[in-house]
Amino acid sequence: MSTTLPSRTLRDAFPANWTVRALWLGLVLYVIYAASILQITWARFVIGLDQGGKFLGRMWPPNVQAQKVQLITEGMLESLQIAVLATAFGVLLALPLGLIAARNLTPPWASWTARALIALLRTFHPVIVAILFVKAVGFGALAGVLALVVASMGFVGKLFAEAIEEISMKQVEAVRATGAGFLSVLIMGVLPQVMARFVGFIIYQLDSNLRNSTMVGIVGGGGIGATLFTAYQRFDYDVVLTILLVIIAIIMLFEVVSTRIRKVFQ
Amino acid sequence: MITAEVLAHSAPDGHAGASASNRDVEIRNLRKEYRAGQPVLRDVSVTIAGKGMTAIIGPSGTGKSTLIRCINRLVDPTSGQILFMGRDLATLKGADLRAARRTIGMVFQEYNLVERLSVIENLLCGRLGYMSWWRALLRRFDAADVARAFDLLEAVGLGEMATRRADALSGGQRQRVGICRAIMQNPDLILADEPTSSLDPKTSVEIMEVLEKLAAERGIPVVVNIHNVELARRFADRVIGMSKGMIVFDGPPSALEDHHLIEIYGGKGWLEG
Repeated sequence: MSTTLPSRTLRDAFPANWTVRALWLGLVLYVIYAASILQITWARFVIGLDQGGKFLGRMWPPNVQAQKVQLITEGMLESLQIAVLATAFGVLLALPLGLIAARNLTPPWASWTARALIALLRTFHPVIVAILFVKAVGFGALAGVLALVVASMGFVGKLFAEAIEEISMKQVEAVRATGAGFLSVLIMGVLPQVMARFVGFIIYQLDSNLRNSTMVGIVGGGGIGATLFTAYQRFDYDVVLTILLVIIAIIMLFEVVSTRIRKVFQ
Repeated sequence: MITAEVLAHSAPDGHAGASASNRDVEIRNLRKEYRAGQPVLRDVSVTIAGKGMTAIIGPSGTGKSTLIRCINRLVDPTSGQILFMGRDLATLKGADLRAARRTIGMVFQEYNLVERLSVIENLLCGRLGYMSWWRALLRRFDAADVARAFDLLEAVGLGEMATRRADALSGGQRQRVGICRAIMQNPDLILADEPTSSLDPKTSVEIMEVLEKLAAERGIPVVVNIHNVELARRFADRVIGMSKGMIVFDGPPSALEDHHLIEIYGGKGWLEG
Protein backbone atom coordinates (compact mmCIF):
# COMPACT_ATOMS: atom_id res chain seq x y z
CA MET A 1 0.00 0.00 0.00
CA SER A 2 2.51 2.58 1.14
CA THR A 3 5.41 1.40 -0.95
CA THR A 4 5.67 4.63 -2.89
CA LEU A 5 8.03 7.19 -1.40
CA PRO A 6 6.31 10.34 -0.21
CA SER A 7 6.83 13.19 -2.59
CA ARG A 8 9.57 15.61 -1.45
CA THR A 9 7.53 18.45 -2.75
CA LEU A 10 4.94 17.78 -0.09
CA ARG A 11 6.89 18.31 3.12
CA ASP A 12 10.57 18.24 4.02
CA ALA A 13 11.44 18.07 7.70
CA PHE A 14 15.15 18.58 7.03
CA PRO A 15 15.60 21.14 4.26
CA ALA A 16 19.15 21.53 2.93
CA ASN A 17 21.01 24.49 4.39
CA TRP A 18 23.35 25.55 1.58
CA THR A 19 25.09 28.22 3.64
CA VAL A 20 26.21 25.65 6.23
CA ARG A 21 27.33 23.24 3.51
CA ALA A 22 29.35 25.94 1.80
CA LEU A 23 31.04 26.85 5.10
CA TRP A 24 32.02 23.21 5.75
CA LEU A 25 33.37 22.85 2.21
CA GLY A 26 35.38 26.05 2.63
CA LEU A 27 36.88 24.76 5.90
CA VAL A 28 37.95 21.44 4.30
CA LEU A 29 39.54 23.24 1.35
CA TYR A 30 41.44 25.60 3.65
CA VAL A 31 42.84 22.71 5.75
CA ILE A 32 44.15 21.01 2.60
CA TYR A 33 45.62 24.30 1.33
CA ALA A 34 47.33 25.11 4.67
CA ALA A 35 48.85 21.63 4.96
CA SER A 36 50.27 21.85 1.42
CA ILE A 37 51.75 25.34 1.99
CA LEU A 38 53.44 24.26 5.24
CA GLN A 39 54.68 21.04 3.57
CA ILE A 40 53.08 18.86 6.22
CA THR A 41 53.24 15.44 4.55
CA TRP A 42 53.03 11.87 5.81
CA ALA A 43 56.71 11.24 4.97
CA ARG A 44 57.75 14.24 7.06
CA PHE A 45 55.61 12.96 9.94
CA VAL A 46 57.30 9.52 9.83
CA ILE A 47 60.77 11.09 10.01
CA GLY A 48 59.55 13.13 12.99
CA LEU A 49 58.30 10.01 14.80
CA ASP A 50 61.71 8.40 14.38
CA GLN A 51 63.39 11.43 15.99
CA GLY A 52 60.83 11.37 18.80
CA GLY A 53 61.62 7.74 19.57
CA LYS A 54 65.34 8.49 19.95
CA PHE A 55 64.52 11.50 22.16
CA LEU A 56 62.33 9.42 24.48
CA GLY A 57 65.08 6.80 24.70
CA ARG A 58 67.55 9.41 25.94
CA MET A 59 65.12 10.56 28.64
CA TRP A 60 64.98 7.25 30.46
CA PRO A 61 65.71 6.69 33.29
CA PRO A 62 64.79 9.94 35.09
CA ASN A 63 67.68 11.68 36.85
CA VAL A 64 67.33 11.55 40.65
CA GLN A 65 70.75 12.78 41.78
CA ALA A 66 70.47 14.63 45.11
CA GLN A 67 71.84 17.85 43.61
CA LYS A 68 69.35 17.80 40.73
CA VAL A 69 66.48 16.90 43.03
CA GLN A 70 67.30 19.87 45.26
CA LEU A 71 67.41 22.18 42.23
CA ILE A 72 64.07 20.86 41.03
CA THR A 73 62.50 21.16 44.49
CA GLU A 74 63.56 24.78 44.79
CA GLY A 75 62.23 25.59 41.31
CA MET A 76 58.98 23.80 41.97
CA LEU A 77 58.42 25.58 45.29
CA GLU A 78 59.01 28.90 43.58
CA SER A 79 56.49 27.99 40.88
CA LEU A 80 53.99 27.07 43.57
CA GLN A 81 54.48 30.42 45.28
CA ILE A 82 54.12 32.26 41.98
CA ALA A 83 50.86 30.40 41.31
CA VAL A 84 49.38 31.07 44.76
CA LEU A 85 50.37 34.75 44.83
CA ALA A 86 49.15 35.36 41.28
CA THR A 87 45.82 33.67 42.03
CA ALA A 88 45.33 35.59 45.29
CA PHE A 89 45.99 39.02 43.81
CA GLY A 90 44.40 38.20 40.47
CA VAL A 91 41.15 37.06 42.08
CA LEU A 92 41.09 40.02 44.45
CA LEU A 93 41.32 42.39 41.48
CA ALA A 94 38.98 40.29 39.34
CA LEU A 95 36.21 40.50 41.95
CA PRO A 96 35.37 44.20 41.50
CA LEU A 97 36.18 44.02 37.80
CA GLY A 98 33.78 41.14 37.17
CA LEU A 99 31.12 42.80 39.29
CA ILE A 100 31.30 46.04 37.33
CA ALA A 101 31.33 44.10 34.06
CA ALA A 102 28.05 42.31 34.93
CA ARG A 103 25.42 44.05 32.83
CA ASN A 104 22.52 43.24 35.14
CA LEU A 105 23.91 45.21 38.10
CA THR A 106 25.77 48.20 36.69
CA PRO A 107 24.90 50.94 34.19
CA PRO A 108 26.01 50.27 30.57
CA TRP A 109 28.88 52.78 30.53
CA ALA A 110 30.49 51.07 33.55
CA SER A 111 29.97 47.51 32.40
CA TRP A 112 31.26 48.20 28.90
CA THR A 113 34.37 49.92 30.26
CA ALA A 114 35.06 46.92 32.50
CA ARG A 115 34.40 44.55 29.61
CA ALA A 116 36.86 46.41 27.40
CA LEU A 117 39.49 46.18 30.15
CA ILE A 118 38.86 42.44 30.53
CA ALA A 119 39.17 41.96 26.77
CA LEU A 120 42.46 43.89 26.82
CA LEU A 121 43.81 41.75 29.69
CA ARG A 122 42.88 38.62 27.78
CA THR A 123 44.34 39.72 24.47
CA PHE A 124 47.85 38.33 24.93
CA HIS A 125 48.99 34.90 25.92
CA PRO A 126 50.61 34.81 29.40
CA VAL A 127 54.00 34.11 27.79
CA ILE A 128 53.89 37.39 25.87
CA VAL A 129 52.76 39.26 28.99
CA ALA A 130 55.56 37.55 30.94
CA ILE A 131 58.15 38.71 28.39
CA LEU A 132 56.83 42.27 28.76
CA PHE A 133 57.09 42.12 32.55
CA VAL A 134 60.57 40.54 32.46
CA LYS A 135 61.68 43.48 30.34
CA ALA A 136 59.84 45.94 32.60
CA VAL A 137 60.72 44.72 36.11
CA GLY A 138 63.65 42.41 35.44
CA PHE A 139 64.24 38.65 35.66
CA GLY A 140 62.71 36.66 38.47
CA ALA A 141 59.55 35.60 40.21
CA LEU A 142 58.03 39.10 40.37
CA ALA A 143 57.69 39.23 36.57
CA GLY A 144 56.08 35.78 36.61
CA VAL A 145 53.62 36.77 39.33
CA LEU A 146 52.64 39.98 37.52
CA ALA A 147 52.11 38.15 34.23
CA LEU A 148 49.85 35.59 35.86
CA VAL A 149 47.96 38.29 37.80
CA VAL A 150 47.06 39.84 34.46
CA ALA A 151 45.97 36.48 33.07
CA SER A 152 43.92 35.70 36.21
CA MET A 153 42.20 39.10 36.24
CA GLY A 154 41.13 38.72 32.64
CA PHE A 155 39.94 35.15 32.83
CA VAL A 156 38.37 35.12 36.30
CA GLY A 157 36.91 38.59 35.77
CA LYS A 158 35.11 37.36 32.69
CA LEU A 159 33.84 34.23 34.45
CA PHE A 160 32.69 36.27 37.47
CA ALA A 161 30.80 38.66 35.21
CA GLU A 162 29.07 35.81 33.39
CA ALA A 163 28.15 34.04 36.63
CA ILE A 164 26.65 37.25 38.03
CA GLU A 165 24.68 37.81 34.84
CA GLU A 166 23.05 34.40 35.27
CA ILE A 167 21.74 34.94 38.80
CA SER A 168 18.05 35.16 39.63
CA MET A 169 17.13 38.84 39.68
CA LYS A 170 13.98 37.98 41.64
CA GLN A 171 16.10 37.23 44.69
CA VAL A 172 18.05 40.46 44.20
CA GLU A 173 14.83 42.41 43.73
CA ALA A 174 13.48 41.11 47.03
CA VAL A 175 16.58 42.17 48.95
CA ARG A 176 16.51 45.54 47.20
CA ALA A 177 12.87 45.97 48.19
CA THR A 178 13.83 45.85 51.88
CA GLY A 179 15.64 49.17 51.43
CA ALA A 180 19.11 47.57 51.51
CA GLY A 181 21.97 49.60 50.04
CA PHE A 182 23.96 48.47 47.00
CA LEU A 183 26.70 46.70 48.97
CA SER A 184 24.19 44.98 51.27
CA VAL A 185 22.29 43.78 48.19
CA LEU A 186 25.54 42.38 46.84
CA ILE A 187 26.40 40.64 50.09
CA MET A 188 22.99 39.13 50.85
CA GLY A 189 21.34 38.94 47.43
CA VAL A 190 24.10 38.34 44.88
CA LEU A 191 27.03 36.70 46.66
CA PRO A 192 25.09 33.71 48.05
CA GLN A 193 23.93 32.90 44.52
CA VAL A 194 27.40 32.91 42.98
CA MET A 195 29.68 31.88 45.85
CA ALA A 196 29.87 28.18 44.99
CA ARG A 197 30.66 28.96 41.36
CA PHE A 198 33.23 31.59 42.35
CA VAL A 199 35.06 29.03 44.47
CA GLY A 200 35.03 26.72 41.46
CA PHE A 201 36.51 29.44 39.23
CA ILE A 202 39.19 30.31 41.79
CA ILE A 203 40.25 26.68 42.09
CA TYR A 204 40.29 26.38 38.32
CA GLN A 205 42.43 29.49 38.03
CA LEU A 206 44.84 28.25 40.70
CA ASP A 207 45.10 25.03 38.71
CA SER A 208 45.68 26.99 35.54
CA ASN A 209 48.24 29.26 37.23
CA LEU A 210 50.04 26.21 38.57
CA ARG A 211 50.51 25.00 34.98
CA ASN A 212 51.37 28.44 33.66
CA SER A 213 53.83 29.12 36.49
CA THR A 214 55.93 26.22 35.21
CA MET A 215 56.10 28.03 31.89
CA VAL A 216 56.74 31.72 32.68
CA GLY A 217 60.23 30.63 33.82
CA ILE A 218 61.13 29.80 30.24
CA VAL A 219 61.07 33.51 29.39
CA GLY A 220 62.75 34.57 32.65
CA GLY A 221 59.76 34.83 34.97
CA GLY A 222 61.13 32.52 37.69
CA GLY A 223 60.13 29.06 38.87
CA ILE A 224 60.66 25.54 37.58
CA GLY A 225 60.39 26.71 33.97
CA ALA A 226 63.89 28.18 34.13
CA THR A 227 65.31 24.89 35.37
CA LEU A 228 63.40 22.99 32.70
CA PHE A 229 64.60 25.26 29.93
CA THR A 230 68.23 25.01 31.09
CA ALA A 231 67.97 21.22 31.14
CA TYR A 232 66.63 21.22 27.55
CA GLN A 233 69.44 23.46 26.35
CA ARG A 234 72.07 21.28 28.01
CA PHE A 235 70.50 18.15 26.49
CA ASP A 236 69.98 16.78 30.04
CA TYR A 237 66.89 14.92 28.90
CA ASP A 238 66.87 12.66 31.98
CA VAL A 239 66.53 15.81 34.14
CA VAL A 240 63.75 17.04 31.83
CA LEU A 241 61.88 13.80 32.47
CA THR A 242 62.24 14.16 36.25
CA ILE A 243 60.86 17.69 36.07
CA LEU A 244 57.96 16.64 33.86
CA LEU A 245 57.09 13.78 36.23
CA VAL A 246 57.15 16.13 39.24
CA ILE A 247 54.86 18.59 37.43
CA ILE A 248 52.46 15.80 36.51
CA ALA A 249 52.43 14.56 40.13
CA ILE A 250 51.69 18.03 41.51
CA ILE A 251 48.92 18.75 39.02
CA MET A 252 47.32 15.36 39.76
CA LEU A 253 47.59 15.94 43.51
CA PHE A 254 45.95 19.33 43.15
CA GLU A 255 43.14 17.76 41.12
CA VAL A 256 42.31 15.53 44.10
CA VAL A 257 42.53 18.39 46.58
CA SER A 258 40.38 20.72 44.46
CA THR A 259 37.62 18.12 44.14
CA ARG A 260 37.49 17.97 47.94
CA ILE A 261 37.39 21.76 48.30
CA ARG A 262 34.59 22.06 45.75
CA LYS A 263 32.46 19.59 47.71
CA VAL A 264 32.75 21.72 50.86
CA PHE A 265 31.35 24.78 49.08
CA GLN A 266 28.47 23.11 47.25
CA MET B 1 -2.40 47.52 70.75
CA ILE B 2 -2.18 48.92 67.27
CA THR B 3 -1.20 52.41 68.33
CA ALA B 4 1.41 51.19 70.79
CA GLU B 5 3.07 49.01 68.17
CA VAL B 6 3.07 51.78 65.61
CA LEU B 7 4.56 54.33 67.94
CA ALA B 8 7.13 51.86 69.22
CA HIS B 9 8.71 51.45 65.83
CA SER B 10 7.84 54.75 64.22
CA ALA B 11 9.83 56.93 66.56
CA PRO B 12 13.39 55.73 65.82
CA ASP B 13 12.79 55.58 62.08
CA GLY B 14 12.55 59.32 61.81
CA HIS B 15 8.97 59.66 60.65
CA ALA B 16 7.35 60.02 64.03
CA GLY B 17 6.14 63.36 62.78
CA ALA B 18 3.73 61.75 60.38
CA SER B 19 0.49 60.82 62.01
CA ALA B 20 0.81 57.17 62.98
CA SER B 21 -2.86 56.60 62.40
CA ASN B 22 -2.65 57.93 58.86
CA ARG B 23 -0.82 55.43 56.74
CA ASP B 24 -3.06 55.93 53.75
CA VAL B 25 -1.49 55.53 50.35
CA GLU B 26 -2.77 58.31 48.15
CA ILE B 27 -2.22 57.58 44.47
CA ARG B 28 -2.82 60.44 42.07
CA ASN B 29 -2.95 60.12 38.29
CA LEU B 30 -0.45 57.27 38.28
CA ARG B 31 0.65 56.35 34.79
CA LYS B 32 3.14 53.77 33.64
CA GLU B 33 4.22 53.12 30.08
CA TYR B 34 6.85 50.43 29.56
CA ARG B 35 6.75 51.40 25.89
CA ALA B 36 5.88 54.94 24.95
CA GLY B 37 2.23 55.31 24.00
CA GLN B 38 1.21 51.95 25.48
CA PRO B 39 0.15 52.69 29.06
CA VAL B 40 -0.18 49.76 31.45
CA LEU B 41 -1.61 52.08 34.10
CA ARG B 42 -3.91 54.77 32.77
CA ASP B 43 -3.84 57.67 35.22
CA VAL B 44 -5.00 55.66 38.21
CA SER B 45 -6.17 57.68 41.20
CA VAL B 46 -7.12 55.92 44.41
CA THR B 47 -6.56 56.24 48.14
CA ILE B 48 -5.80 53.00 49.92
CA ALA B 49 -6.74 53.11 53.58
CA GLY B 50 -3.84 52.75 56.00
CA LYS B 51 -5.44 49.85 57.82
CA GLY B 52 -6.77 46.39 57.17
CA MET B 53 -6.41 44.48 53.94
CA THR B 54 -7.10 45.88 50.50
CA ALA B 55 -7.29 43.40 47.66
CA ILE B 56 -6.67 44.36 44.06
CA ILE B 57 -8.30 41.91 41.67
CA GLY B 58 -8.18 41.72 37.93
CA PRO B 59 -6.98 39.58 35.04
CA SER B 60 -3.30 38.98 34.31
CA GLY B 61 -1.54 41.82 32.54
CA THR B 62 -3.96 44.45 33.74
CA GLY B 63 -1.41 46.47 35.72
CA LYS B 64 -2.05 45.19 39.26
CA SER B 65 1.54 44.16 39.70
CA THR B 66 2.82 47.36 38.10
CA LEU B 67 0.62 49.38 40.44
CA ILE B 68 2.00 47.94 43.65
CA ARG B 69 5.55 47.84 42.30
CA CYS B 70 5.28 51.56 41.66
CA ILE B 71 4.58 52.03 45.38
CA ASN B 72 7.96 50.63 46.48
CA ARG B 73 9.53 51.73 43.20
CA LEU B 74 10.64 48.35 41.92
CA VAL B 75 8.98 49.96 38.90
CA ASP B 76 9.44 53.66 38.14
CA PRO B 77 6.15 55.33 37.24
CA THR B 78 6.00 57.44 34.09
CA SER B 79 3.99 60.15 35.81
CA GLY B 80 1.78 60.75 38.80
CA GLN B 81 2.17 60.90 42.56
CA ILE B 82 2.15 58.33 45.35
CA LEU B 83 1.79 60.08 48.69
CA PHE B 84 2.64 57.99 51.74
CA MET B 85 3.70 59.06 55.23
CA GLY B 86 4.24 62.62 54.08
CA ARG B 87 6.42 61.78 51.05
CA ASP B 88 5.85 61.45 47.34
CA LEU B 89 7.26 57.99 46.70
CA ALA B 90 7.19 58.55 42.93
CA THR B 91 10.03 61.07 43.01
CA LEU B 92 12.36 59.61 45.67
CA LYS B 93 15.94 58.79 44.78
CA GLY B 94 18.99 57.20 46.38
CA ALA B 95 19.12 57.21 50.17
CA ASP B 96 15.61 58.70 50.49
CA LEU B 97 14.20 55.92 48.33
CA ARG B 98 15.97 53.24 50.39
CA ALA B 99 14.72 54.84 53.61
CA ALA B 100 11.16 54.71 52.23
CA ARG B 101 11.56 51.13 50.98
CA ARG B 102 12.59 49.81 54.36
CA THR B 103 9.24 50.93 55.74
CA ILE B 104 7.40 48.99 53.03
CA GLY B 105 7.50 45.20 53.18
CA MET B 106 6.88 43.11 50.09
CA VAL B 107 5.69 39.54 49.59
CA PHE B 108 6.25 38.02 46.16
CA GLN B 109 4.41 35.48 44.05
CA GLU B 110 7.46 33.25 43.74
CA TYR B 111 8.58 34.03 47.30
CA ASN B 112 11.91 35.46 46.03
CA LEU B 113 13.88 34.10 48.95
CA VAL B 114 17.63 34.04 48.55
CA GLU B 115 17.75 30.31 47.95
CA ARG B 116 21.24 29.66 49.20
CA LEU B 117 20.84 31.61 52.42
CA SER B 118 19.42 30.00 55.53
CA VAL B 119 15.84 30.69 56.60
CA ILE B 120 16.91 32.94 59.45
CA GLU B 121 19.28 34.86 57.15
CA ASN B 122 16.38 35.42 54.78
CA LEU B 123 14.32 36.86 57.62
CA LEU B 124 17.20 39.09 58.70
CA CYS B 125 17.42 40.43 55.13
CA GLY B 126 14.41 42.45 56.25
CA ARG B 127 16.76 44.43 58.51
CA LEU B 128 19.32 45.32 55.84
CA GLY B 129 17.87 48.78 55.33
CA TYR B 130 18.62 49.59 58.96
CA MET B 131 22.25 48.46 59.12
CA SER B 132 25.59 48.96 57.43
CA TRP B 133 26.87 46.57 54.80
CA TRP B 134 29.86 45.37 56.77
CA ARG B 135 27.59 44.16 59.56
CA ALA B 136 25.72 42.17 56.93
CA LEU B 137 29.00 40.78 55.61
CA LEU B 138 30.07 39.63 59.07
CA ARG B 139 26.49 38.54 59.91
CA ARG B 140 26.61 40.83 62.94
CA PHE B 141 22.88 41.41 63.12
CA ASP B 142 21.33 43.18 66.08
CA ALA B 143 20.67 40.63 68.84
CA ALA B 144 17.13 41.95 69.31
CA ASP B 145 16.44 41.46 65.58
CA VAL B 146 17.77 37.90 65.69
CA ALA B 147 15.59 37.14 68.72
CA ARG B 148 12.58 38.62 66.94
CA ALA B 149 13.33 36.56 63.84
CA PHE B 150 13.34 33.36 65.88
CA ASP B 151 10.07 34.34 67.56
CA LEU B 152 8.47 35.04 64.19
CA LEU B 153 9.57 31.69 62.83
CA GLU B 154 8.07 29.99 65.87
CA ALA B 155 4.86 31.92 65.32
CA VAL B 156 4.52 30.62 61.75
CA GLY B 157 5.49 27.09 62.72
CA LEU B 158 8.96 27.07 61.19
CA GLY B 159 11.03 27.21 64.37
CA GLU B 160 12.82 24.00 63.46
CA MET B 161 13.81 25.32 60.05
CA ALA B 162 15.79 28.39 61.14
CA THR B 163 19.20 27.19 59.99
CA ARG B 164 18.02 25.16 57.00
CA ARG B 165 18.74 26.55 53.58
CA ALA B 166 15.73 28.24 51.98
CA ASP B 167 15.84 25.93 48.95
CA ALA B 168 15.05 23.00 51.25
CA LEU B 169 11.58 24.38 52.00
CA SER B 170 8.22 23.67 50.36
CA GLY B 171 6.26 26.42 48.61
CA GLY B 172 3.99 27.14 51.56
CA GLN B 173 6.94 27.21 53.95
CA ARG B 174 8.83 29.56 51.65
CA GLN B 175 5.95 31.99 51.51
CA ARG B 176 5.75 32.01 55.31
CA VAL B 177 9.41 32.97 55.32
CA GLY B 178 8.66 35.62 52.69
CA ILE B 179 5.94 37.10 54.91
CA CYS B 180 8.23 37.00 57.96
CA ARG B 181 10.94 38.81 56.01
CA ALA B 182 8.46 41.61 55.26
CA ILE B 183 7.32 41.73 58.91
CA MET B 184 10.97 41.93 60.05
CA GLN B 185 11.16 45.33 58.37
CA ASN B 186 8.67 46.70 60.92
CA PRO B 187 6.90 48.14 57.91
CA ASP B 188 4.21 50.79 57.74
CA LEU B 189 2.75 48.95 54.77
CA ILE B 190 2.94 45.49 53.29
CA LEU B 191 2.59 44.90 49.56
CA ALA B 192 1.79 41.37 48.47
CA ASP B 193 2.03 40.54 44.78
CA GLU B 194 -0.03 37.42 44.06
CA PRO B 195 1.23 35.75 47.25
CA THR B 196 -0.82 32.59 46.72
CA SER B 197 -0.71 32.10 42.96
CA SER B 198 2.07 29.50 43.12
CA LEU B 199 0.36 27.53 45.89
CA ASP B 200 -2.37 24.91 46.15
CA PRO B 201 -5.85 26.01 47.37
CA LYS B 202 -5.43 24.80 50.94
CA THR B 203 -1.97 26.31 51.38
CA SER B 204 -3.24 29.52 49.76
CA VAL B 205 -5.82 29.96 52.50
CA GLU B 206 -3.24 29.18 55.19
CA ILE B 207 -0.85 31.75 53.75
CA MET B 208 -3.56 34.41 53.60
CA GLU B 209 -4.40 33.63 57.24
CA VAL B 210 -0.76 34.02 58.27
CA LEU B 211 -0.46 37.28 56.34
CA GLU B 212 -3.69 38.67 57.78
CA LYS B 213 -2.86 37.61 61.33
CA LEU B 214 0.72 38.87 61.46
CA ALA B 215 -0.23 42.18 59.84
CA ALA B 216 -3.36 42.72 61.96
CA GLU B 217 -1.51 42.01 65.21
CA ARG B 218 0.90 44.80 64.34
CA GLY B 219 -1.65 47.11 62.75
CA ILE B 220 0.12 47.05 59.40
CA PRO B 221 -2.05 47.79 56.37
CA VAL B 222 -1.77 45.23 53.55
CA VAL B 223 -2.30 45.73 49.83
CA VAL B 224 -2.61 42.39 48.11
CA ASN B 225 -2.83 41.61 44.42
CA ILE B 226 -4.82 38.51 43.97
CA HIS B 227 -6.66 37.02 41.05
CA ASN B 228 -8.57 34.55 43.19
CA VAL B 229 -11.86 36.33 43.79
CA GLU B 230 -12.94 33.98 46.59
CA LEU B 231 -9.77 34.65 48.58
CA ALA B 232 -10.22 38.39 48.02
CA ARG B 233 -13.81 38.21 49.27
CA ARG B 234 -12.83 36.17 52.27
CA PHE B 235 -9.87 38.18 53.53
CA ALA B 236 -10.14 41.73 52.23
CA ASP B 237 -11.90 44.66 53.85
CA ARG B 238 -12.02 46.37 50.53
CA VAL B 239 -11.75 45.20 46.94
CA ILE B 240 -10.39 47.22 44.04
CA GLY B 241 -11.13 45.76 40.64
CA MET B 242 -8.85 46.63 37.75
CA SER B 243 -9.25 46.13 34.06
CA LYS B 244 -7.01 47.36 31.24
CA GLY B 245 -4.99 49.64 33.49
CA MET B 246 -7.97 51.34 35.10
CA ILE B 247 -9.96 50.91 38.29
CA VAL B 248 -13.46 49.68 37.46
CA PHE B 249 -14.65 48.63 40.91
CA ASP B 250 -13.92 49.94 44.38
CA GLY B 251 -15.88 48.87 47.42
CA PRO B 252 -16.41 46.33 50.17
CA PRO B 253 -16.37 42.62 49.18
CA SER B 254 -20.11 42.40 49.88
CA ALA B 255 -20.77 44.93 47.09
CA LEU B 256 -18.88 42.87 44.54
CA GLU B 257 -21.44 41.29 42.24
CA ASP B 258 -21.31 39.13 39.15
CA HIS B 259 -21.78 42.05 36.79
CA HIS B 260 -18.69 43.68 38.32
CA LEU B 261 -16.70 40.50 37.79
CA ILE B 262 -17.83 40.37 34.18
CA GLU B 263 -16.65 43.93 33.75
CA ILE B 264 -13.31 43.19 35.43
CA TYR B 265 -12.48 39.85 33.82
CA GLY B 266 -14.63 39.99 30.68
CA GLY B 267 -16.87 37.20 29.38
CA LYS B 268 -19.17 35.30 31.68
CA GLY B 269 -18.73 31.63 30.83
CA TRP B 270 -16.29 31.20 33.73
CA LEU B 271 -18.85 32.36 36.30
CA GLU B 272 -20.84 29.48 37.71
CA GLY B 273 -24.62 29.50 37.40
